[in-house]
Amino acid sequence: MANTQNHIKELSVLGDSITNELGNVISSTKIINGELIINVARESIVKVLTFLRDDVNCQFKMLMELCGVDYPEREDRFDVVYCLLSLTLNHRIRVKTQTNVSSAVPSVTGVFSAANWWEREAWDLFGIYFSDHPDLRRILSDYGFEGHPLRKDFPLTGYVEVRYDDEQKRVVYEPVKLSQEFRNFDFLSPWEGVQQLLPGDEKFVNPSEENNEDV
Amino acid sequence: MPEQQIKNFTLNFGPQHPAAHGVLRLVLEMDGEVIDRADPHIGLLHRGTEKLIEHKTYLQAVPYFDRLDYVAPQNQEHAFALAVEKLTNMEVPPRGQYIRVVFAELGRLSNHIFNICAYAMDVGAMTPMLWGFEEREKIMEFCERVSGARLHMAYFRPGGVAMDMPDGLADDIMEWADNFPTMIADLEGLLTENRIFKQRTVDIGIISANQALDWGFSGPNLRASGIAWDLRKSQPYDVYDKVDFDVPIAKHGDCYDRYLVRVYEMYESLKIIKQCLEKIPPGPVKCDDHKFSPPKRKDMKYSMEALIHHFKLFTEGYHVPAGETYSVVEAPKGEFGVFLISDGSNKPYRCKIRAPGFAHLQALDLLSKGHMLADVVANIGSLDIVFGEIDR
Repeated sequence: MANTQNHIKELSVLGDSITNELGNVISSTKIINGELIINVARESIVKVLTFLRDDVNCQFKMLMELCGVDYPEREDRFDVVYCLLSLTLNHRIRVKTQTNVSSAVPSVTGVFSAANWWEREAWDLFGIYFSDHPDLRRILSDYGFEGHPLRKDFPLTGYVEVRYDDEQKRVVYEPVKLSQEFRNFDFLSPWEGVQQLLPGDEKFVNPSEENNEDV
Repeated sequence: MPEQQIKNFTLNFGPQHPAAHGVLRLVLEMDGEVIDRADPHIGLLHRGTEKLIEHKTYLQAVPYFDRLDYVAPQNQEHAFALAVEKLTNMEVPPRGQYIRVVFAELGRLSNHIFNICAYAMDVGAMTPMLWGFEEREKIMEFCERVSGARLHMAYFRPGGVAMDMPDGLADDIMEWADNFPTMIADLEGLLTENRIFKQRTVDIGIISANQALDWGFSGPNLRASGIAWDLRKSQPYDVYDKVDFDVPIAKHGDCYDRYLVRVYEMYESLKIIKQCLEKIPPGPVKCDDHKFSPPKRKDMKYSMEALIHHFKLFTEGYHVPAGETYSVVEAPKGEFGVFLISDGSNKPYRCKIRAPGFAHLQALDLLSKGHMLADVVANIGSLDIVFGEIDR
């Protein structure tokens, strides 16, 4: 346990020093589950990642992960999450920034070459646009696919299905037809969430409470 | 003689090609027989795993991880189990941790045998494939005995493992582990000093340490470039800090070194397996909190409470406190990470899977530029590409 506490202490020191160095660019830092997370404005993402990579106290030389997260109820609905790893310090850091459908996030392919495909993936699956990306094509979905499947408002079944049409001798796209209704059971507990009032119960007055009122 | 304009030739490689290790479509721009640019088109095996996981309970998400890197399924489950355990603060009993490490290492062996043999076949050696697959079959038999399934085990669950090892399995694995080094020696005899194999791999697809960092390499591919980095050592999980093993590294970062690192990792994995089997304590194999792990089948016959727990766990599932984590394991191919966001309900809000192969395949253009067409095949083989995890 002492080990974990030391680790968290080191992380908070690191978080403070990054905030001191970069100042107003960082909107907040926090530690969740022993993992350091910093939030930055999307305009300054390249500056922050370059600093984290090159600063002698950080040395986050590797970008291990870049992904989008969708929160449709927010005005800036997408989070873009960058997971960095420092081999010398043996620390991980997560940099987050927010964006929406119409604003672009500056691409970080110039800082980490590995970002190239992950940014393409975030574009493909979420529709997050990265400016100055060398080659922002779709990557995982089909050629000619429309829509961004990992958005929360995209249905699990999608909109089109493909099959080989023997008459036309080619693969055809058709709207999804489910031969059986999609089984999405709501298992959330009917036992814990519901007020258990039987009809007529509201008339019942607990005798002990009645006594209390008298006193 | 009039000057002739020579145009680059574009070659389509795959998606159905035995050396593409799955459904890789590679568009190659060739200058004669030399590669000018390699543009991998991936996604032909995209099954929307991340989207599906958002619609399933945490327990139902486990089998999806088997189907990512189907060559070493248990290692993927391990990352997911660690992520859920971190969010819920579940404690895994020591026996469960030891069993997980044993089977994670068996997965690593199974993966490395597969990769080395398939890679050898790509560059022209047929025999290793035939020998190696017999040995893989034995590993899969152990998996079958412990979980009922040869490949897609669904054995590492959040909170421990699905069930204890049957009697006698530990002894059989031990006996097998004693004999296995002869098999590795046989493989090495066929390949390590083989003239043809070396001509095809030495100094092919060199990636320097700095480039490997820049391209997000991990696992054996990073260690082959001379960087001593292994998550089992540097950020140990389960009982990796209680076993003694070395991390083999190489320094050239070419295809041959990537092969060598894998061979020597197999010896280390055997060391880990043996130590774990010696140290493994008796006791429970999964967390005993029935809000997270199902009760024993026997208890369900007598205890109403156990029956209710079972019913609730397999319909509603458990609720994971809101939070997020990025949990990683050293999978055979490299750093396999699960970025899990929970909103407090019984289903993950977002589950991003960080597949090591995704980063590796991305660097194929860099590795292949200026090489011959046949070297692309050696590069793909040495990077250890499996499309299940890349396309997700």
